[in-house]
Amino acid sequence: MLLRRELVDTLRDWRIVAPIIALTLFFPLLMYLTAGAAADWVAKYGGAPIIGERLIPFLLMVVGFFPLSFSLVIALEVFVGEKERKSLEPLLASPLSDGQLYFGKALAAMIPPLAASYLGIAAYLVELKVFLNWQPPLQLLTLAILLTTAKALVMVSAAVVISSQTTSVRAANLLASFVIIPMTLLLQGESMIMFWANYAVLWWILAALLVVNVLLVRMGLQIFDREELLGREIDELNPRAVLKNLQAFWLRVELTGPVERFTLWRVYTRDLPAILRRMRGATWSVVLALAAAMFVGVLYAAPYPLPANLSPRSLTMETFSNTPAVGFLPSFTIGAVLSNNIRSLLLAGVLAVFSFGSLAVVLLMAPIGIIGFFTYQIAHWGLDPLLFLATFVLPHGIFELPAAILATAAALRLGASVIARPPRMTVGEGWLAALTDFVKVFVFVTLPLLLIAAFVEVNLTLRVVLWAYGAH
Amino acid sequence: MIEAENLTKKFGDFVAVDGLSLSAPAGQVVALLGPNGAGKTTTVRMLAGILAPTAGRATVSGLDVARSPRQVRQRVGVLTEVPGLYLRMQAMEYLDFFGQLYGLGASQCQARAAALLSRFGMAEAVDKRLSEYSKGMRQKLALIRAMLHDPQVLLLDEPTSAMDPQSARLVRDAIAGLRDEQRAVVLCTHNLAEAEALADRIAIIRRGRIIAEGTSAALKSQLLGPPLMELRLAAPLDGLLPGLAQQVEVIERGDVWVRYRTENPLAENPRLLRWLAERDADVVTLSEVARSLEDVYLRVVAE
Repeated sequence: MLLRRELVDTLRDWRIVAPIIALTLFFPLLMYLTAGAAADWVAKYGGAPIIGERLIPFLLMVVGFFPLSFSLVIALEVFVGEKERKSLEPLLASPLSDGQLYFGKALAAMIPPLAASYLGIAAYLVELKVFLNWQPPLQLLTLAILLTTAKALVMVSAAVVISSQTTSVRAANLLASFVIIPMTLLLQGESMIMFWANYAVLWWILAALLVVNVLLVRMGLQIFDREELLGREIDELNPRAVLKNLQAFWLRVELTGPVERFTLWRVYTRDLPAILRRMRGATWSVVLALAAAMFVGVLYAAPYPLPANLSPRSLTMETFSNTPAVGFLPSFTIGAVLSNNIRSLLLAGVLAVFSFGSLAVVLLMAPIGIIGFFTYQIAHWGLDPLLFLATFVLPHGIFELPAAILATAAALRLGASVIARPPRMTVGEGWLAALTDFVKVFVFVTLPLLLIAAFVEVNLTLRVVLWAYGAH
Repeated sequence: MIEAENLTKKFGDFVAVDGLSLSAPAGQVVALLGPNGAGKTTTVRMLAGILAPTAGRATVSGLDVARSPRQVRQRVGVLTEVPGLYLRMQAMEYLDFFGQLYGLGASQCQARAAALLSRFGMAEAVDKRLSEYSKGMRQKLALIRAMLHDPQVLLLDEPTSAMDPQSARLVRDAIAGLRDEQRAVVLCTHNLAEAEALADRIAIIRRGRIIAEGTSAALKSQLLGPPLMELRLAAPLDGLLPGLAQQVEVIERGDVWVRYRTENPLAENPRLLRWLAERDADVVTLSEVARSLEDVYLRVVAE
């Protein structure tokens, strides 16, 4: 019902329909002329026709993408536009559930631009067939349609999230740059991939877009709230309220419990156990991801064997003192190791905020993948992989790994808090609670463990490795 | 029909409604009066199952607004402060959409919409786009939308605002009719005369709290004191005044008139008239000095 009404209403607005029709029909023609001109120009100067040919599929993607910009305009309007026109409240007073409202609006925002997009692609293909007798390979056509659909889904999902969280169309339009900029960058990336003709990468991009879309839809549903829509009249940044909330979460053991006196004893006996309980799911997710990274490292080691001269048998004291030359560390000292580890895990926290937590996990998966890679190589060189792990990883890893896993789990929770907020909390409160947990874990668990790990790594691991592998 | 107990709503640190208790049985119109920002609309939104209370509880037709908000929304009709219509639609199309949202069948919805449009004098305008409607027509259509699914509970926020006197009268008659149909109505209004005319009980709300509640007469008595009577004679009072002052508590006087307060006009007024008759005083009028709800409201809100 809602979808039908929204669609009918959209299609009655000539300011939306006219540009869609004009650009759907005009833009493919323009692209066709561009493609033809480019192909002729390259041929005129004796250039490889492949450049012109590669341009045609890229323009196919552009033709599909262009009408999607309308999806943003419509989707940005769906909630906040109605709120501004004061027609939202009767709808919120109806028996529709939040999910029905959300999906009805999101689908209504998506269907007209997506239809225009498919129409544009079809018009462009017809022109290419009629005038240039060119037709795309099946894989390319499938990819163009699927990528266009996935981009529409992502843009609409993101715009609906923005629309449901802002209080004016103006604010929503300003925030829309966070959607349009990554999408245009993606389109540029796709153009490079098109010229490279590596369609496998495009399939990966498609998969990534679908994952982002699932996350955005979940986030949208989680934070869509009748209360927020009606309760907020202005977008106000209130630093005092933020600080007050942070202070309250810092002084609480349980998220909604009473404020208590802060002591170190309390942190270690009550706060940290409570936080570990709260982030149990995140911790298991990180552990599973690391196991997967180890497996992938091993998997990639088989096709890319390292030469035997890199075997740890050739390690000497100089190998470690030469770390600045490798570019990993400024020097192999406690301070350098510690600051490097702190920087990486803080970066994980920052990246988590912009990626629903996923990049924090990826950041830790990378070194674990490398360990997996080398473990296989060790076995390949005929050495004992367990001895490798026991000497290279275990001595400081006992401290460093738990520290990194817990910090990453806290970062994951911080990033994911916007799509899975704690019950009876706003998104902002949930985020601040997760931030406080991250800081407590980082300061009271990760930092001390990293300090011990750095000390052990520089003083013990080094000696154990040299002892085990017989170097000097 | 509506029972609210200690209902509270906070937005962050701001307390919009603070421990409000209210009851509106079937067949009663309860008016919520209060200045802008007093918490009337938030109260209505909680009772309508749109906002969840932060504390306290409310039931509408026996359903808890926090536990069963969807069912509550199904059973109440809400007239929002602003009509909020879809201006590109026509009336029947608009009502059909909302009828479907409330689970009405197409024919049932059409019949009900047609009856209500006719009742509110809107039958002629069904073919116009809503953008062509006047403010009053839009408000009437919004009221029809609220009544479309025949709810037993109606929550009306400023139902006659922006209406011309004739339309306002039509709507007031309709609200009175709703009371006769044994529905419970909560009416938020700034129009004190409307509240006085329609409401069985009036609750004055300020800063989220009910600060006075009762019938119009009870509120006047409670807040403005006992009824004030005015006695007018044909001739100057002169010699009568000392004796008169012994009969009643004289508040003001003129040459031929006197005003007095009485806790019990039913007993004191006949006694006073008998006393005057015994002294051959020619009484022109004895009447209660009109005191408006506005006086009550302004006094309560000022306090």
